[in-house]
Amino acid sequence: MDRPTRIEIRNGRVVDPVQGIDRVASLYIDAGRIESIAERRGDFHADRVVDATGCVVCPGLVDLAARLREPGLEHKATLESELAAASAGGVTSLACPPDTDPPLDEPGLVEMLKHRARLTGRAHVYPVGALTVGLQGAALTEMGQLAEAGCVAFSQADVPFHDTQMLHRALQYAGTFGHRVWLRPQDAYLARGGVAHDGEVATRLGLAAIPVMAETIALARIFALVRDTGVGVHLCRLSSAEGVAMVRTAKREGLPVTCDVAVHHLHLCDVDIGWFDPLAHLMPPLRSARDRDALREGVLDGTIDAICSDHAPVDDDAKQLPFAEAEPGATGLELLLPLVLKWAGEAKVPLADTLARITTRPAAILGIAQPSLAAGEAADVCVFDPKAAWAVRRESLRSQGKNTPFLGFELVGRVRWTLLAGNVVHEGRD
Amino acid sequence: MTRNPQLNANGELTHLLTLEGLPADVVTHILDTAEPFVSIAEREVKKVPLLRGKAMFNLFFENSTRTRTTFEIAAKRLSADVINLNIGVSSTSKGETLLDTVDNLCAMNADLFVVRHSQSGAPHLIASHLTASGRTHVHVVNAGDGRHAHPTQGLLDLYTIRHYKRDFRGLTVAIVGDVLHSRVARSLIHGLTTMHTAQVRVVAPRTLVPTRVEALGVEVFNDMREGLRGCDVVVMLRLQSERMKGALLPSAGEYFKHYGLTVDKLEVANPDAIVMHPGPMNRGVEIDSAVADGARSVILPQVTFGIAVRMAVLSIVAGN
Repeated sequence: MDRPTRIEIRNGRVVDPVQGIDRVASLYIDAGRIESIAERRGDFHADRVVDATGCVVCPGLVDLAARLREPGLEHKATLESELAAASAGGVTSLACPPDTDPPLDEPGLVEMLKHRARLTGRAHVYPVGALTVGLQGAALTEMGQLAEAGCVAFSQADVPFHDTQMLHRALQYAGTFGHRVWLRPQDAYLARGGVAHDGEVATRLGLAAIPVMAETIALARIFALVRDTGVGVHLCRLSSAEGVAMVRTAKREGLPVTCDVAVHHLHLCDVDIGWFDPLAHLMPPLRSARDRDALREGVLDGTIDAICSDHAPVDDDAKQLPFAEAEPGATGLELLLPLVLKWAGEAKVPLADTLARITTRPAAILGIAQPSLAAGEAADVCVFDPKAAWAVRRESLRSQGKNTPFLGFELVGRVRWTLLAGNVVHEGRD
Repeated sequence: MTRNPQLNANGELTHLLTLEGLPADVVTHILDTAEPFVSIAEREVKKVPLLRGKAMFNLFFENSTRTRTTFEIAAKRLSADVINLNIGVSSTSKGETLLDTVDNLCAMNADLFVVRHSQSGAPHLIASHLTASGRTHVHVVNAGDGRHAHPTQGLLDLYTIRHYKRDFRGLTVAIVGDVLHSRVARSLIHGLTTMHTAQVRVVAPRTLVPTRVEALGVEVFNDMREGLRGCDVVVMLRLQSERMKGALLPSAGEYFKHYGLTVDKLEVANPDAIVMHPGPMNRGVEIDSAVADGARSVILPQVTFGIAVRMAVLSIVAGN
C-alpha cells in the first residue's frame, strides 16, 4: 500500500450528501485530510494523481452489520480477509455484531479486536457489544467498560431474547448511561426451528416456516418497552411489509426508533430459494415478493433509515448441506454498493440521496461523525465507476466467504479506489 | 428459478426427486411402464435384466424398513446389485458430511442412489452435487425427504387410483390427516393436480394444515364429514406419535374422534369410494380396523403396486 501524503482525485463526480455537493471536480487530500474540493491551493503539488474521470467520488461507505468472524471463527474468515473485502466494497466504517466466539462481552476482547483492526489500517471497526453475558439473555454485560473499550452499541446479534422482563431491564440500564441498543425483531418461539418464510414456497418445499408474526410480535414488544422506558432502539434487519408498516406508525408516534434492512432483502424473495438453494438461506428469511416491495418502499420513504450488507462469510462446509442444516448468511461487503445502486436505479432515486443511506444515515445510527468530503475532514473516500459491469463470481470476491445468492449475477457499479485517512487501501483492477 | 433438476437437457427423467413440475406424459409413462411389472411378480421367475450389472445403494439416513425393502425387491427384480446402508444418524456423528458419503460411494462405482433423509431437499443437494461434478451417469431417487416429497409413494398412489378409477379427470380425492408434516401428501397433491384430478381436498384440523396450501391446488376442509362428502378416493395419512403429545393435538383419542376414518364417517363418501393409506397404519388413531380391513380398502394392493411402480422408476431413471 502506497502512502503519499498529497493526493489529487481528478475530475470525478464529487457527491457529498452532507454538503449537498454533486458536481464534477477534483478533490485534494493532504496529510490524511480533505484539503479542498475544486480549488487547488497554489502550493499544492500532488504526490499522486488519481484519474477519476467517469467515476463518482463520495465519502467512504458505512456498514451497520459486517461479521469479521474474529475472535474464534477464523475458519470462516479473518479480520485481514474481511477488511480487505470492506476496502474492495468502498466501506471505510463498519459495525461488527457481537456474535463471535466467544461473544464480545468482555472489554479485553473488544480492545483486542479494535487493536487488530487498527493494525490492518483498512477500515474503522466499531464493535457492537453483547447486551447480555454470553448473549445468554440472563445477565447484563459491563456496558460502561465495554463502551470505554470501543463498543458503540449493544445487541443480542441474532440470538433471541426470550425474557421480556430482562429485556426491559436491559433497556433501562443501557438508557441510564446513554448506551445505544440494537435489536433484531424476531419472536423466539414463533421462529423456533424455522428456516424459511411461512408461505407458499415453504409449504411446497416442506421447510419449517417462520411467520411474519415472529417479526410483528417482537416489534410490538419492543415498541411497548421503548414507550415505557423512553430508551431509543435501533431495529436490525426488517423483513416484512407488516414490519415496515409498524415502524412507520411508531415513527409517526414519535418513538425514538431507527431501522435498517439487509440489501439482499431489497432484491430477493422466497421464490429465489428455487430448489433448496442453501445460498438463499438467510436470517431473517427472504419473504414474499410483496414484503420485498414494501421494504423497498420503506427505504424510499425513509421509514427504513439505512441499508446494510449483513455480511456473513460462511465456509463451504457449513453451506454445502441440506437447506435447513446450512448455516444462514451471505457475504455482502463487496456487493453492498452495486446492490444499492441497482435498487436506486430501479426506484429512480438521485445519487446523493442513495448514498446517504449507506453513508450519513448509518453513521448517525452508529453515533459517529457524519462522513463528508468537507475541507478538514478525514479523507475516507470511495471512488467508484457507476457504469462498470462485473460478474459476481467466487474469484471476484476478496472476502473469504464466497456464499451469496447473487453468484452469477451481473452487477453494475465497481469500486476503483478506496482511501482511509488519505491512504489508498484498495485499488481495483479488473 | 433453476431448471427442474430431475430432467436432463432432453427432458428425460435422470433423477426422481419430486412430482412437482413433472410433465403429465412423464407421469403417465411411469404408470404405463409399471403395468407389466405387476404381472412379473406373479410369474415363477420374477426377474427381468433391465438393471443387470448396476449397483444401487439404498442410502437411508432415516429409519425405514418398508420403503427400503420395497426398493430392494424392485431393484432385485430388475437384476440390479443392491447395497443397503443404514446410516441412520451415525455418519453425521462420525463427522462425515452427506456429500462426503456420496463421494465415497461414487468411488465404489455406484450407479444409483435411493435416498431417504430427514431434511427436506437432501436428495436435491446430492443430485446437484453429482451434476456439478460431472457425474451425470449417477442417478438419485428420492425415497422421502423431510416434509418435502415422497415421489414413488405419490406415483404408487396414482397407480392405485388409476387402477380402480381409470381416469383422474372426474374424481374427487380427499387426503386426510397431518398434511403439515407429510411428504406423502405433498407428492400426491402434485401428482393429482398434474393428472387433472377434478378436485383435491385436504382434511385436517388447522394445526396440521400448512400455510397457503391452497396454492398447491387443493381445497381445505376442517370438518371430516364435509371433506369426505361425495369423494371417490379417501387417502388417510399416518399420524406420527410425536404429533399427538399436546402442541398440535391434545390426544390420539380426540384425533380419532374427529378425524379417524370409521365406517360411519365413510358413509358420506361415494358408495364405490376406495380407501388408501401409505402405511404403516395406526389402527384406532387415524383409521378404524373395520375400514382398514373392509371391502373398500385397497391398502394391501397399494403395497403390491408399489413394487411395480418402483421397478418402473428405477428402470426409467437408470436403465440403459
